[in-house]
Amino acid sequence: MGDDTWEGLFPNKFFRSYFFPSFNVKDLHTVDDGILQHLYPTVDDGEWDLLIAHFLGVDHCGHKHGPDHPEMAKKLTQMNEMLRSLVDHLGNDTLLLVAGDHGMTETGDHGGNSEKEVNAALFVYSKTPLFGTGPPEEPEAIPQVNLVPTVALLLGMPIPYSNIGEVMAELFPGDGDAVSAALQQLSVYHVNAKQVDRFLRSYSLVAQDLPAEQLQHLQELFSGAVEEHAQLLAQLQEAMLVSPELESRLGNLIGRFQLYLREARAVCTQSWARFHPLRMVAGCTLIAASCLLCYVTSELATASDSFYRSCLLYPLLWGLVVAVLLGLACTFTQEGLDLLLVSSWAAAVSQVAFFWRWWGRQPKRARLAGSQPPLASVGLRQQVQAWLGLAFPMGILLFRCGAMFSDSFVVAEARVAPFLLASLVVLLIGKLHWDGHLTVPEGPKQQLLGFSSYRKESWYLLYLVAVLLVCVRLSVFFHQCREEIPQCQPSLFLAPLASLRNTRAKNLFYLLCVASLVGLVCVVRWWLRHYGNLNSSDPVVLFVRWGFPLVAICIACYWAVASSAEDSLGKLQELVQVALVAFPWAVYGLVSVGLLLLLCNPMTVFAKDTRESAGPIVTPYLGVPSSEVDFLHVIPQIYRRMQESLKSRLERGSCKATVAAYGLGSVYSAALVIALTLLGFLLLLLHSERLSLAFLLLFLEAFMLLHIHSRARSLAGDAEPFSVPWHAVISWLLAASQFFYSTGHQPIFPAIHWNAAFVGFHLDHSTNLLPAVLVGANTFASHILFAVGCPLLLLWPFVCETPSSQKRKPKNEPREELHKEEEHMMEMRLRESPERFSAALLQLGLKYLFVLGMQLLACVCAAMILRRHLMVWKVFAPKFLFEALGFMVSSICLLLGISLVMRVDCAVSTWFSQLQLR
Amino acid sequence: MSSLLPLPPPDRWARGCRARRGDWLTENTMKEAEIKRLLAANLLCVFSVILTTTVPAFFLDNFSVLGTHLTWLCVCSVSISALNIILYLILKPNLSPKRSSFAHKISRFLKCCMYFFMSCILFHAIIVLYGAPLIESVTETFLFAVLLSTFTTLQCLCVLGPNIQAWIRVFSKNGATSIWDNSLQITTVCSILGAWFGAFPIPLDWDRPWQVWPISCSLGATFGYMAGLIIAPLWIHWNRKQLTYKSR
Repeated sequence: MGDDTWEGLFPNKFFRSYFFPSFNVKDLHTVDDGILQHLYPTVDDGEWDLLIAHFLGVDHCGHKHGPDHPEMAKKLTQMNEMLRSLVDHLGNDTLLLVAGDHGMTETGDHGGNSEKEVNAALFVYSKTPLFGTGPPEEPEAIPQVNLVPTVALLLGMPIPYSNIGEVMAELFPGDGDAVSAALQQLSVYHVNAKQVDRFLRSYSLVAQDLPAEQLQHLQELFSGAVEEHAQLLAQLQEAMLVSPELESRLGNLIGRFQLYLREARAVCTQSWARFHPLRMVAGCTLIAASCLLCYVTSELATASDSFYRSCLLYPLLWGLVVAVLLGLACTFTQEGLDLLLVSSWAAAVSQVAFFWRWWGRQPKRARLAGSQPPLASVGLRQQVQAWLGLAFPMGILLFRCGAMFSDSFVVAEARVAPFLLASLVVLLIGKLHWDGHLTVPEGPKQQLLGFSSYRKESWYLLYLVAVLLVCVRLSVFFHQCREEIPQCQPSLFLAPLASLRNTRAKNLFYLLCVASLVGLVCVVRWWLRHYGNLNSSDPVVLFVRWGFPLVAICIACYWAVASSAEDSLGKLQELVQVALVAFPWAVYGLVSVGLLLLLCNPMTVFAKDTRESAGPIVTPYLGVPSSEVDFLHVIPQIYRRMQESLKSRLERGSCKATVAAYGLGSVYSAALVIALTLLGFLLLLLHSERLSLAFLLLFLEAFMLLHIHSRARSLAGDAEPFSVPWHAVISWLLAASQFFYSTGHQPIFPAIHWNAAFVGFHLDHSTNLLPAVLVGANTFASHILFAVGCPLLLLWPFVCETPSSQKRKPKNEPREELHKEEEHMMEMRLRESPERFSAALLQLGLKYLFVLGMQLLACVCAAMILRRHLMVWKVFAPKFLFEALGFMVSSICLLLGISLVMRVDCAVSTWFSQLQLR
Repeated sequence: MSSLLPLPPPDRWARGCRARRGDWLTENTMKEAEIKRLLAANLLCVFSVILTTTVPAFFLDNFSVLGTHLTWLCVCSVSISALNIILYLILKPNLSPKRSSFAHKISRFLKCCMYFFMSCILFHAIIVLYGAPLIESVTETFLFAVLLSTFTTLQCLCVLGPNIQAWIRVFSKNGATSIWDNSLQITTVCSILGAWFGAFPIPLDWDRPWQVWPISCSLGATFGYMAGLIIAPLWIHWNRKQLTYKSR
């Protein structure tokens, strides 16, 4: 009775059962109360041989409140009461075993392998005296597997075939005197050892993984002990009186049986952690090849369309063909379809095809370069310079990857990522300074004096860097602790507000959280208004205006309800239960409505058409423009037209003919920013209240990074606007992993925020999919946000192209803006060359994937090389799992972000065609 | 000389050539002498850093670099700054042409002190931003900042004077106007790099006494500084042909 996991494990095996839902960690009482209701009647009616009662309240209370909470005291008292009254119900021939299957950490979680987690109490009680001499003062810790043979023998059943545990000899006391106790213990050890020996024999016939010499050794131990056992029994038969010498031999023999059982268990546990080296190496090679592919493709920036087709599309098709063939072969040969193997073969084949084609194109390019020697030499020098420029960010990436190979650095990664991020940004500034981009270009005066001073923009850049560094430093305050650092104190902000006992502090923190929420909404709206994206009356814009505050209010209400003390509201309890579900659902609904609106019509442009009197805006085409090429022609014409109309207006002094498009310059970024904010709200809801401050920091830091990147680029006078430099991509990813830690996560299982599965679900989940999605979204929140926001790295420099006073579209200040009309293209520059735009998007995505892939590769290699390391299960393996999952989440979100940009692109095309038709 | 060029009259040509060669020679020998002076000064600095680790043990009970790190930090910064100032007074690498009054000198000195103090504060802030503890071990962090300032700012103050614009000029490409500037670039960058690398062993679980904050960083900075002091003259000697300085 109790935990319904038993039913899942042993369906229809119980004579009678009372099971209760166990998944909801927040529910402290359902299971326990259910058991208490049925326990005593069942015990009393006596229709049982074995009765299992699995209480869950203490475990759930640990997860929800931690071990040092008044609730826990209540729960433990309840359990004490239960034991006390249960003992009164027991008969004389009943053995009561009370065991915990695990302990808990300081935070009440478990799943790791620290002392506190793996050690639990075992309480044995029986009305007839068990121990011949009195219970041992300080009982030693025993492995959990020992319960199996003990309970089996006590119930008078054979020990299960595959058991490797050792009986608890103390529970076999014999008839009271020492000799009979020893004899009974000897016999149970004998049975146990025979069972283990039988298991090892048949196991070693099937599987070859137990080392032969160790098996031999065990065999000798066993046979020696059995022989002596037989001898002793024979001697005992003869001599009716037991001499002290015989007694000591008995004790000695028990020791030998114990030794045998323990060594057998050690051998098994050591060899059962098995690895497939071949598959490991193959997997690593596959990842490394993918990284190389990403790098190569991202470096071939201006490749033609045919390159993409021949090098990317065809190999993909090849891979698919191979996958299908392999699948067919598997089904025909009646072998089980190993999906993993098939997909990896497909990936390998497509990669080989890619490299083959790429290599085939290489010589051609070399010949082309050879025919123009002067160009080549210039190219070489540029290449050397480019390599030097690349060395800094790549060096940082190398440090980051190298850090994965040391368990101490993985443990300290929460500090390593911010350190490297700060170093990378400062290095960037240092390099800009060294190249003299920050100083005023040297006029004759400066040359005379030998002095230089900073430009105004440089000071602005330095200010941005300072703010970024402060953000990075502040984010350290949100870290979760790992058990490897005992002196670490988990961050104050991680616990839910409900656990705060001081009401004033609670209110203060609540206000702070709401303020950060309001700040987020205000900043986003200010940004959109600044770029003129809040002017139109499209549904999306309306949603931003009214929906955002509504979402914020819902979240704030949810926090208020969730953080109020559980029993303080008394009669309103039911209402609270409803509100706890209703508010999150309102947020889910609003956010999904917002995202749908954004997908349907991502244009946040307000067009004011005052050109009735003027002629048609573009020279009419024959027919409707249908292809990209037509638009290519149309857009510049619109601009020219706008310019002309402005000019004529100025000349005539009349204000009649123009199209004013507010916010056209930042359509792409605006859509991404709106999507990011919506996602941010969603993820914020899944975290504990006070982490909203961390989210505010996240948005601020991302904003600073983007600004620094675009400022640095404009200062350096980068000639290649369509390619995102490596340092930007690497710093973006470093920030992503930094905020993984700063939203209170760690790559270990006890640190997962399971509570996220119950935001908006008070009752149980019917499937495991939804909670998995919720917990996953909570864990990889920063990965999701940064990956979706990745295209901003490409777009932002275009948005920041001109100083802010000239951001609006022509209508407002026509006089000043006239001569700068060309500068106002902003993101419309991207539309001027759609091919390069899509190539740049692809390139950016590939760069992002390359850096992610390198991190993953380092993790995989570390887990592979150090697979016999002491810390592998504690540090490297969980890190690898988290990194791999993060990689998948990031790549999917990256694709989503890029497809959102492409959706906006389509919408912009339609908008232009409509404008033209009007 | 190409024969295509119109030749000057023989004696004038010879004289000019000699003069030019002599010029070049004197410049070259001057450069050599300067490099030697630089080497001597730098070696003296290195030697004094080594001395600070051993000599105080004679005066102070149970002094050791790791055990009483704060004392060593103080001793090292004080002695290095004293040595630098003395060297500056003797060598005068940056002779200002104009005479200056006593009051001017005093104001200059006060300005230098203020700059040094500000750089200590700035370094402290940067170190904290890089992840040093905010409230605990403030003394350690500040003394480490003082040490870093001694290795970097104090040298700048000695060579360039309290003149931020000149500093900005020196720390950019083609900004050095003398071998002293070059040496300054190298030692400063090496010290800061050393301090940066010094942070790497801190998370390791080796439980060594030198992994405690800020020992590894300050040792890293010191080793970087010494390496810079030794590298600088060698590097300048190696590249003396390429190093041409714009006249001020």
